[in-house]
Amino acid sequence: MQDLCTMVHLCYCLFLVLSPLIELKDSQIIFCTDVVSAMLIRATGQNLRLAYLRSLESLDLVKQIEVSGDIAALIYLCNPFTIVACVGLSTSPIENMAVILCLYGACSRLIPLAAFGWVIATHLSLYPAILIIPVIFLLGCGPDSPPRKLFLQRHQQKEVLNQSKLPPRFSWGPVIHFAFWAFLWSVYVLVLCGISLKQFGGLWEMFKSTYGFILTVEDLSPNIGVLWYFFAEVFEFFRNFFLIVFHVNILFMILPLAIRLRHRPCYLAFVYVAICSMLKSYPSVGDSALYLGLLGWFVNELADMQFSLFLFCGYVGVSLLSPVMHNLWIWRGTGNANFYFATAMVYACLQIVLVVEGVSAMLNHDRKLRNLITGKPQDAKS
Amino acid sequence: MVLLQRPHILLLLIDTHQFLQCWIAFGSANEEGQQQEEFSEELLVKPLPDHKLLAHFHFQSSAPPSTSNGCHHHLFPKAISQLVQKFRVKEMELSFTQGRWNYESWGGFDPISSSNAKPPGVELWAVFDVPQHHIDASWKNLTHTLSGLFCASINFLESTATYSTPEWSFPPASGNVRYGTFPCEAVCTENLTPWLRLLPCRDKAGIALLLDRPSLYRGFYHSQRLHLTSTESSSEGIDSGIILEQTLTVVLQPNSERAIEVHASEKHVQPSWSLSSIFGKQVSGRCVLAKSSSVYLLLDRGLVAELKFPNKENGKSAANGLTSENFWSNPSFELSVNPDRIFLEESSSHSKSLSILYMFQVEKYSESEPFDIGLMWKVPVAWLCQQTPLHASRFLMGSGNERGAIAISLKSTQFTEGFMSANSKDGSCELRVDVFQVVPWYVKVYFHSLRVFVDQQPRAVSDFIEKIHVSPSKDKMSPGVMEVVLKLPCRVNTAALTIEFDKGFLRIDEYPPDANQGFDIPSAIISFPNFHASMVFLEDDSLNRSPLLSKFQDKCPVMSYTEVLLVPLTTPDFSMPYNVSTIKCTVFALYFGSLLNVLQRRVAEEERFLKAKAAKKTGRLPLLLSKLSAKLRGSGINQD
Repeated sequence: MQDLCTMVHLCYCLFLVLSPLIELKDSQIIFCTDVVSAMLIRATGQNLRLAYLRSLESLDLVKQIEVSGDIAALIYLCNPFTIVACVGLSTSPIENMAVILCLYGACSRLIPLAAFGWVIATHLSLYPAILIIPVIFLLGCGPDSPPRKLFLQRHQQKEVLNQSKLPPRFSWGPVIHFAFWAFLWSVYVLVLCGISLKQFGGLWEMFKSTYGFILTVEDLSPNIGVLWYFFAEVFEFFRNFFLIVFHVNILFMILPLAIRLRHRPCYLAFVYVAICSMLKSYPSVGDSALYLGLLGWFVNELADMQFSLFLFCGYVGVSLLSPVMHNLWIWRGTGNANFYFATAMVYACLQIVLVVEGVSAMLNHDRKLRNLITGKPQDAKS
Repeated sequence: MVLLQRPHILLLLIDTHQFLQCWIAFGSANEEGQQQEEFSEELLVKPLPDHKLLAHFHFQSSAPPSTSNGCHHHLFPKAISQLVQKFRVKEMELSFTQGRWNYESWGGFDPISSSNAKPPGVELWAVFDVPQHHIDASWKNLTHTLSGLFCASINFLESTATYSTPEWSFPPASGNVRYGTFPCEAVCTENLTPWLRLLPCRDKAGIALLLDRPSLYRGFYHSQRLHLTSTESSSEGIDSGIILEQTLTVVLQPNSERAIEVHASEKHVQPSWSLSSIFGKQVSGRCVLAKSSSVYLLLDRGLVAELKFPNKENGKSAANGLTSENFWSNPSFELSVNPDRIFLEESSSHSKSLSILYMFQVEKYSESEPFDIGLMWKVPVAWLCQQTPLHASRFLMGSGNERGAIAISLKSTQFTEGFMSANSKDGSCELRVDVFQVVPWYVKVYFHSLRVFVDQQPRAVSDFIEKIHVSPSKDKMSPGVMEVVLKLPCRVNTAALTIEFDKGFLRIDEYPPDANQGFDIPSAIISFPNFHASMVFLEDDSLNRSPLLSKFQDKCPVMSYTEVLLVPLTTPDFSMPYNVSTIKCTVFALYFGSLLNVLQRRVAEEERFLKAKAAKKTGRLPLLLSKLSAKLRGSGINQD
């Protein structure tokens, strides 16, 4: 399944970790990584569930909700994409574990762990750097909760201001703590890399080969993303321009999403992860495994998401057709690149629909809560 | 008038004039005592076992050092001397080859095949006398100059992704050498004409007159080579100037229809040939600017062993070149012209029989009496040329356009068996094989997957590889270079090296026009450093040494080139640049637009707007249309 796994230059940190293992095939490290990730997802999901219950209580809404932590862990473990990434001995499970570690640490207020996870995730693949924003919100405000003004509206109605039931205001203390730990961990990692890479050209060479490679899209091997074909066909003159455009597309959406979803940092993290794995230069199914697993945390809020059946069938269809088209093009020589690229385009469109509909559904959920609280007689269910 | 009136002044002037003439004559005589530019032309013809004929033209020009002679040349091509001086070239070889040298039939152990069997296309290597950091710039300029000089696309060798720096496994030179080869260059008269223009007589007189283009290009193998050595810029004491050696090696099929005589039962007899039947022309005299002009006919060791000369004298007594009846008349063949001299090879350690070289001086012939040597075979003779210790071949393994493997296989030849049985002193004799392989960057070789098979059994790599130097490829920057020293047991039957690779993907502007043909992996060089191919023919005239025979005496290492491999790579759809950009940007616009739309949408306002619109509705058709459009939009807006 090499076509479905990443082909990026391996970050040096991972190389050091995995190189003592002469045969990665017989070792269980990737499998253990996946299990640990599932455990962490479950723990974080339980955290989120407790926070959700508490916030519903403080809004005087009672609802029986599913155990989202267990569902998320099961989705992550049983996802065919996760299994494929594990069997193919890709390094995506390790990157996923770093991201989940970061989110778990932030949810459980384990700041050194969160900082470690964030630094390692950024070091392994550049894109999780944007998770600093949801992590800051998590540490400042706490896990996901309805918008703050709902609580204020509720208590205005009741005319009783019970401070303990309000969600806490944004506190900078944990954030500064996190910044300190992040700085410490990154210095540690960079110093270690610098020492061990002294004979190979030092840190600059490492940055050029790993991050520079990711950002400049040097290798054009076919993968499940869309950038390889684009940069094989685009004229040399426009190459730098399009590189900047595609990477800015990821950066641009950070701010609007952060503004709109600041009260739900875990969901914000999920949306960021989904956008990254859609628009990054060398995506793989391991990245999809991550955000599909994280989707399980929000089964309650996203219960009314549209196009869910369409998306499910789309994912199944693409994961079946894509290896077939790859085989036709490369191994049999009967198809051509357009067949495989078409499946990659459909996959990108499916991910776009998932992200857009997910955000829309979450915003609808918040709207419904607001309507319930303000007593609009439109919808009884929450 | 004044002079006539003053006769003593006239006498003085005449004396001065005569004195000056004598002085000039004396001076030029002095100059003749110093080095002068020399040019010699030679042709060597050799019958090959598979009924073909090898013709090897050897033209050598030498120029004395510029310190004594200045930059004026009357024989030596000025373009070459300018090139040497400008780029400070110490040694250089450029060869244009079409066809593959058939090592099995034509041999690989004699000096001709070691120096003149070249890989197809263009091969260029050069050693410079400049500081290390200037070598790449010199190489680049040299490729451009040679490209213009020879009307070939040698300038493609300028980029770092096409040339390499062999450290120690390139036999002709080591150290600061730069080596580049271009397998897909087609060689034609466009390249031969400028090459011939470097000769003083061009192809208008002398031996070069034989170079009839249709005959040459009808051959099985032709290779024109230019080898240049210069000690101009060296700091050594010996300063011998520039020596330019141009050789053209052709393997032709003697056309039986144009043969001199046709026997009835000629099925298995070698076809008879003559220079006029092969080239369609005769040598009508020498090039007047040539110091020596000769034609040689070589019968190699294997043939001599089969021919059974009567009263064959061995050793040194027959090496004085006497025209002995015993050596040129034989029941098996007949020469049309009597040779002027006959040389017998000095005894060689590798074979019992000795080669015979017949020499014909072209000076005696002229336009009215042209020179045409012919050989007529009377009885069928079959022999074997001496081959390299191991026969090397290379091939690709695997299928599909994602990965594959390169395999180099070495098989023992009859030489190996004969030699090794004679040489197994203590049972631990080892055969050293050097392998030098350059692979372009888009064939990404995994050097850790190198495996060695000896006698068809996979063996540990460290058992047989004594030394290995690997330079992994960098995308678009440098090729992958592998230099290996193998030590195989002398009695080895077969050995193979396999190495796996992944195929890369290129941008559309990096593909050649015929992208679906595939890409070439240049020939690998297999050399046997412990063996040297040389043939020593003693000449008694040391002043007029034949350059060709001096070259034969040099101990040149035995080397052979493997085949060029053609690797098909996957191609993208070349007609799609605009389509791909458009579709991709549409997808991005879809993402950008819809996400922003969802984020900033104010649903309550939309509902109020739609309610107001519904209240204003009058007709049935707009009502139907609005219901239809609501249905099509699905449960979009109105869910709240």
